[in-house]
Amino acid sequence: MKVVVQEALFDPWEEVRNYQEQNLPKGKHGGSVIFVGTMRDFNEGVDGISRMYLDHYPGMTEKHIERVCEDAMNEWDIMDAYVVHRVGEIKPDEPIVLVAVWSRHRAMAFDACRFIINDLKHRAPFWKREQRPEGEHWVEGNTADERAARIAS
Amino acid sequence: MKVSVKYFANMRDRMGRADETVELDEGATVASLWAKVSDEPMPENTLIAVNMEYTNTEEALKDGDEVAFFPPVTGG
Repeated sequence: MKVVVQEALFDPWEEVRNYQEQNLPKGKHGGSVIFVGTMRDFNEGVDGISRMYLDHYPGMTEKHIERVCEDAMNEWDIMDAYVVHRVGEIKPDEPIVLVAVWSRHRAMAFDACRFIINDLKHRAPFWKREQRPEGEHWVEGNTADERAARIAS
Repeated sequence: MKVSVKYFANMRDRMGRADETVELDEGATVASLWAKVSDEPMPENTLIAVNMEYTNTEEALKDGDEVAFFPPVTGG
């Protein structure tokens, strides 16, 4: 399991390939579920967002995501989890977050990946400030995952 | 006792500072710390962490604690 919070742009597919080669025993995992969150140039009905700044709470952010990954590994029979999240300046079309989960069977990987990204979006201390045509704007809340809420209720 | 306080995102803008050290009486809670750093009531949706763990306004503080106030998170 590994959690990285970094400013540098990354290629999520290369990260997945490298992590898998270095950390997963060959021939043992039957499924991997990969979530990549990408920056849009529109949000909340506003077009033309040219960039954003991602603020975070150094130390708590890493600690929080590590604990969520540990919870996922305890809850589901998954083999490994790898999370990369950027901070600082981000431009449209660039990846913001990667959540990769490997397991013997697909169901566990789907559930664990969804659990990690949903917790990350609602509990990990990151904050987006968008550069909109009319000026800078702190995003005030993430959209709810309605399907997850329905399943949980 | 002394605690260090951090503010993030629009809470930092609102407070006009990113961090500070605050002297408190023994037995102080997160709520009494807030009353000392701000004349305004705490915004309803404020999240609070003490030593990087989520908590609420009733938590009792001790010397050397790190307390953070911030708005709902928007990562991912």
